[in-house]
Amino acid sequence: MTNAAMTNVELPVLTHCPYCALQCGMAITSEAVISPRTDIPANAGGALCQKGWTAAELLTNGERLTTPLLHGRPVTWETALDHVADRLSEIRAEHGPDAVAVFGGGGLTNEKAYQLGKFARVALRTSQIDYNGRFCMSSAAAASIRAFGMDRGMPFPITDLAGADVVLLAGGNVAETMPPFVRHLSGPRLIVVDPRRTATAKLAWLHLQPTPGTDLALALGLLHLAIADGLVDEEYVAARTTGFDAVRTSLASWWPERVERVTGVPVPRMRQAVQALAASERAIVLTGRGAEQHAKGTDTVTAFINLALALGLPGTAGSGYGCVTGQGNGQGGREHGQKADQLPGYRKIDDPAAREHVAKVWGVHPDDLPGPGRSAYELLDALGTPEGPRALLLFGSNPVVSAPRSAHVTGRLGALDLLVVCDVVMSETAAMADVVFPVTQWAEETGTMTNLEGRVLLRRQAVRPPAGVRSDLEVIRGLAGRFGQAFSADPGEVFDELRRASAGGIADYSGITYERIEEEKGVFWPCPAPGHPGTPRPFLDGFATPDGRARFVPVEHRPAAEEIDEDYPVYLTTGRVLAHYQSGAQTRRIGPLAKAAPEPYVELHPDLAEELEIAAGDMVRVSSRRGEGQGVARISDAIRRDTVFMPFHWEGANRLTNPALDPTSRMPEFKVCAVKVERVA
Amino acid sequence: MRLVVVGNGMAGSRLVTEVRARDPHMSVTVLGAETCQPYNRVLLSNVLAGSTRPEQVRMLDPSWYAAHHVEAAFGSPVTCLDRDTRSVITEDGRRVPYDVLVLATGSDAIVPPIPGVERAIPFRTLDDCHRILEVAESAGRAVVIGGGLLGIEAARGLAGRGMPVTLLHLAGHLMERQLDVEAGEVLGETLGALGVEIRTGVTAEAVLDGGVRLAGGELVEGDLVVLACGVRPVTGLAADAGLEVRRGVVVDDEMRTEDPSIFAIGECAEHDGTVYGLVAPAWEQANVAADVITGGKALYRGSRMVTRLKARSVELAAMGEGHLTEEHAEVVRFSHRARGTYRKLVIRDDRLVGAIVLGESDAVGTLTQLFDRGGTLPGDRAGLLFPGLASATHVADSPVLMPDAAKVCQCNNVTKGQIRACWEAGARDVAGIAAATRATTGCGTCRDAVEGIVGWLCEQEGVSA
Repeated sequence: MTNAAMTNVELPVLTHCPYCALQCGMAITSEAVISPRTDIPANAGGALCQKGWTAAELLTNGERLTTPLLHGRPVTWETALDHVADRLSEIRAEHGPDAVAVFGGGGLTNEKAYQLGKFARVALRTSQIDYNGRFCMSSAAAASIRAFGMDRGMPFPITDLAGADVVLLAGGNVAETMPPFVRHLSGPRLIVVDPRRTATAKLAWLHLQPTPGTDLALALGLLHLAIADGLVDEEYVAARTTGFDAVRTSLASWWPERVERVTGVPVPRMRQAVQALAASERAIVLTGRGAEQHAKGTDTVTAFINLALALGLPGTAGSGYGCVTGQGNGQGGREHGQKADQLPGYRKIDDPAAREHVAKVWGVHPDDLPGPGRSAYELLDALGTPEGPRALLLFGSNPVVSAPRSAHVTGRLGALDLLVVCDVVMSETAAMADVVFPVTQWAEETGTMTNLEGRVLLRRQAVRPPAGVRSDLEVIRGLAGRFGQAFSADPGEVFDELRRASAGGIADYSGITYERIEEEKGVFWPCPAPGHPGTPRPFLDGFATPDGRARFVPVEHRPAAEEIDEDYPVYLTTGRVLAHYQSGAQTRRIGPLAKAAPEPYVELHPDLAEELEIAAGDMVRVSSRRGEGQGVARISDAIRRDTVFMPFHWEGANRLTNPALDPTSRMPEFKVCAVKVERVA
Repeated sequence: MRLVVVGNGMAGSRLVTEVRARDPHMSVTVLGAETCQPYNRVLLSNVLAGSTRPEQVRMLDPSWYAAHHVEAAFGSPVTCLDRDTRSVITEDGRRVPYDVLVLATGSDAIVPPIPGVERAIPFRTLDDCHRILEVAESAGRAVVIGGGLLGIEAARGLAGRGMPVTLLHLAGHLMERQLDVEAGEVLGETLGALGVEIRTGVTAEAVLDGGVRLAGGELVEGDLVVLACGVRPVTGLAADAGLEVRRGVVVDDEMRTEDPSIFAIGECAEHDGTVYGLVAPAWEQANVAADVITGGKALYRGSRMVTRLKARSVELAAMGEGHLTEEHAEVVRFSHRARGTYRKLVIRDDRLVGAIVLGESDAVGTLTQLFDRGGTLPGDRAGLLFPGLASATHVADSPVLMPDAAKVCQCNNVTKGQIRACWEAGARDVAGIAAATRATTGCGTCRDAVEGIVGWLCEQEGVSA
């Protein structure tokens, strides 16, 4: 055995956690033993949550898929790939290229996200591709682009948080969703906006508890107060922004007492929040899914950005606005072309220059690239309909559990002529598929992830995959080859191509290499040249708008798409619990996590429980106009009287949620709908 | 279709923007009597108090009208409504034809018919505001006649500028339409501490050069006299045109008058026997009318009235039938006059039908929503008056009192029992516990608790850590 080989065996491989966008650094031995890294800022000091510590069980779990399945029966890879290619060809021949759709995920590596977009446009020549990140960060992304000309979730390193005097977090529960994030919040005064007194809100200096669906009104009220109390940074507004006058005028209608009536948040608490933000030398405003997953999510984020701009925060060292991205590669996943309207490098698919550049890299004619396709929910909603796709290839997503109005979406999936799913385990969606490809995961493959800071990270393969599985890239290569296209399945080669394709784009990765990432512990995009140091804080000198100024945009509050009424008198809001991740397909199969959070529950206020004669531990049925779900009653005064909470890691919560879409981001309204609640007899 | 809106105040301007949001093409003309852009009347008290600059109360930018193809005339009062030709005639003789007309003429300040009243300045419009502030520059003392919402806001605003103010009120206590006697008194005491002298149960008989003479002859000194004696709906156009007018222009649930092509909204309209003097109902009415005019099916069913006083250091919310007493309803009350605190709930059939919250409180937001929605109240009424009380009673988790099953580290799902077991197996510090259980390795906020447990266990055993 050579020294190098010995090193490989004995030294653990440096990588990152398989789950959320924090992408905590961890090391894994070839025997799949995990230890936290201390050299990665996101989890500096060697922090990990229970999900991270137990992640290795994903690799050894007995429920792992290892054989392709055709109609539930094990078949060889060649048989499965041939079958899929044949069926796709038939469907395309009969119904045209848009009869085939592709659905990706925010957990896929940059290489996969890129290759999936190329596969759809070049091999399948379909416009019908989108991904589950549409359900995550799309509203914040749209608002950031509108204001700053660029969407880099947090346009500053996470370590800036600790130096801030005040951090306002609207609609995020990081103490459960990404616990090590909390370590960055021990310094600043924390203001949390959430209808629930979450684990995060309990850590807060100030908790504002608005009615679900009213964050936008709250943000307008905060800015109204900032203006009324003379707290606007006039010099900054004059020098670095445009459009403030129109916003100021629009805010005359949102005086604090009116906002209090709409939100339920006391005026003195609003004033306290604004004054704390304004009195700070360094302050940061963050939004999470709670504020964003609404049919007005883009405008809600815009309202918080307007507040941050009025106080002079974005593009000021140590201050800023940021979106707390959720999914593991939620940032990178939205940059490289698996989005319906996008090409690699965060380019717009309807921009002729962008099409020309990318077509050249792909060796095709620009006119041969399809245009924009349907957004995620619209795509799922159209499946199997006369105008919609007849076949769907699904990577890294589990919409049976995670899509809004999920029973309907499940029906649409059932109406397809062909459903193909690539997954690690038999997810609820994989269980419906005609063909299931068992794929490698996380520590079994190499690829890059871009974390919530916009820092591009490298996950190196650490363990050998089980016999019989292949990577998503190999599945794509196998299918592309059957359509006469030669694709690489080597992550390094794909990344090099991604670099070329992103060159000159907003999310420019062209100067980033695997070697640099390893040496520098991650590189911030944009990084347009090999010698370029990367860009930790892209807005310090100017914003990514044509004139370099940030844009104020006036926005108006409006009610939730579905308000409570006599038939459905209670608000439902949904979210995550600490022990689980997204649809739970992975975490529900891990012993200690399943033990920590074994079943779905319904959290409700003691007053509501009393009114409905529900006791702790009762089985509770929650129904909306779209379906019903059940859970065990948990009674807690941490939630508002008019609201119940359900975690969305199990089938149920999303049968209730409302697919009303944001007009700009096409984000469904996951975070609020009207339900009725009753004890199961 | 040609839509003409008479009145460009809170209701009229709202209607115009709502119509335009629903229909980008309809021809819209708005005729405003005031010479300025529409502004938010609710914020005028802040202007008087100096906390808001006049330009900050503007509700539409001057460029809005051109950008949205709305024809707007300012300082153009309408003098005649000609239903036969379906047109209105402005003061300067212009005839403006309409297919649909919306009356949003608002109301005028009531000027009591007493000698010398022309020396006083009503407090109603932005122009009034400017006039008051001009006189205030050189005035030594101010007298405000009228102890309703506006009078109190004006008095507080002037006092906040350092001017001694006397507030004269006819009734026995302030804001008698919204408040009971005790609340009125507590409010008076709060204002008194802020430099407003309150005189209730007094009648102003004449306005003189040096002040206001009361019935009985007493002179209340002041070189600035402000009138806040209530408002009267402006209904002359409608009445002259033969439309039914009681206190206001009578409208149905679509905000339509008896002439199907004419609507009335805001303070000039009377719906189901009620004329509303607050902005929220006016905007609800504007929404309904805009919807109906653009082909929708909205209906107006009346509004619940919530009054908020906007005066620095005087927090007051009054809603519904807050003035009722035990004879008429279930009443929950807390009073602490030394602190200016008075809180009262009026409950009927388990529903909140009125409330008064005086003094800073986090209760208002929740109470307003309960009042607006009309849902049943929880059995624990006190919790409504004192939010946070219930959650504040949780005993702080101390390592001693915690049961073994209590979760100490949420991030890694570690209980006190597991930490104890770990300690019993030899771990004597946080690092040892963390190595064995992973407690403290997530968000890190349980570190103090783990230290506390280890320290307590060591103490119990008499072992030094």
